[in-house]
Amino acid sequence: MSSFRLLIATVVVGLALVLQVSLFPHFAWQGVVPNLCLLVVVGAALTRGAQFAAVLGFVAGVLLDLAPPADHVAGRWALALVVVGYVAGRVRQDVKPTAVAVVSTVAACSFIGTSIFAITGLVLQDPVTGFGELVPVILVAVLWDVLLTPFVLPPVMAMFNRLEPERATV
Amino acid sequence: MDVRHMLGRRGELDRSARRERRWGSVGRLDERNRPSKALLIALVLASASLITLDYHGGQGSPMEPARRAVGEVFGPIETGASTALRPFVAVPNWFRTHDSMQREIGELEAQNARLRSDMATNSYDRNRLEEFDGLTTAATDLDYALVPARVVGLGPSQSFSRTVTIDAGSRAGIRPDMTVLNNDGLVGRVLRVTSTTATVLLIVDADSVVGGRVGQSMEVGFLHGRGVLGNDGRLDLELIDESEVPMKHDTVVTWGSEGGAPYVSGVPVGRVTSVYSSLRETSQRAVIEPFVDFGSLDLVGVVVPSGSRSDRSVIEADGSLR
Repeated sequence: MSSFRLLIATVVVGLALVLQVSLFPHFAWQGVVPNLCLLVVVGAALTRGAQFAAVLGFVAGVLLDLAPPADHVAGRWALALVVVGYVAGRVRQDVKPTAVAVVSTVAACSFIGTSIFAITGLVLQDPVTGFGELVPVILVAVLWDVLLTPFVLPPVMAMFNRLEPERATV
Repeated sequence: MDVRHMLGRRGELDRSARRERRWGSVGRLDERNRPSKALLIALVLASASLITLDYHGGQGSPMEPARRAVGEVFGPIETGASTALRPFVAVPNWFRTHDSMQREIGELEAQNARLRSDMATNSYDRNRLEEFDGLTTAATDLDYALVPARVVGLGPSQSFSRTVTIDAGSRAGIRPDMTVLNNDGLVGRVLRVTSTTATVLLIVDADSVVGGRVGQSMEVGFLHGRGVLGNDGRLDLELIDESEVPMKHDTVVTWGSEGGAPYVSGVPVGRVTSVYSSLRETSQRAVIEPFVDFGSLDLVGVVVPSGSRSDRSVIEADGSLR
């Protein structure tokens, strides 16, 4: 059952990845698009907990790293999304996820995820960019993810709840 | 309190409970979901080893086959998604006809013709014709064909690299290190291919280096992408001859590499917008504004050797379709 859930989740992540690469660049601001894969991982964390979300984060990250047109050092998004899955899953245990809590979790996770990706890029010199360019990109990414939260998180969370209703908490 | 009032209250409570549930979950604090430390450490280590493998691997990275495999799966999906979504995102081009492909071929033919006439007329080639040895090179350089392709995926700025996916791959005759251009000028080069798609590194990427030649003075130099995000990407030109000062509004074309890989020569790249001189380094640095609008890339052409096999129509150097 667990592997079946992971399979379904991977398909959802793949769909998010394709939309992120093919659809959203048309609406992008300075090339920054909403990170739908990250939103799916956060949705998984809020319903299924940190362990499942960390595994899904790894899968989603590897896909983001390898699927065209990615050209950065592989493993960077994987690392970022494992941490995102873990953090979002931990938040769930402390806060009752009301709409406000969900939005703030998304904002925090988006900030953490994009920052980890950017910092690994600085460390590995891949590519050589200045710190000054990172900050606006990270902030716009957070804004995008928060804007898309009301449209993405409810269906994703409903789906994860339905995948295993007896474990889902009401 | 009358019964109806009580019922009303009940309804309100139900609604609010439902609203809570719509957001998905859960106030229950449970230990079941506390992640196992071992799993987390394993995942982080797995990510770190991926990074290490790919970082030290370089060209022969062990991740390349994995990239290719994932690309073979996601390439066609991206192409399909992009094709399906194109009418919805291109609102100005809403009324697309069945012969839109035909029109695009016409556009590409016009583009090809214009490129050739540019090459014949610009100062770069006029200078070049004076050089006897350059003449033969120019003749062979002109002997190329274009494979038309569309951009189906753009890398996000969050990834801090500027790459796109195009919907033509090895079956269309495309190989790594081929020049990609559109009707405005140089777009980039092919990094890697799958059977149906190819990944293109744009010249504005921070990792991109293109040999450039200033049209007026024939001076050669290197064009570095700034990695500046967004649609107003700029390139930096460093001339090899440090005493040479590029002129403002000079056109920069590609210098060309041996065998036309990764860049064929004579493709327009951009225009000099400003020149800086550094006294300390005694070198000139010019800022180039590319001709290509990287924010709205759609139809591109990949330069292939004339007569190469392809699964689609190829535009030959003389403008004919094959």
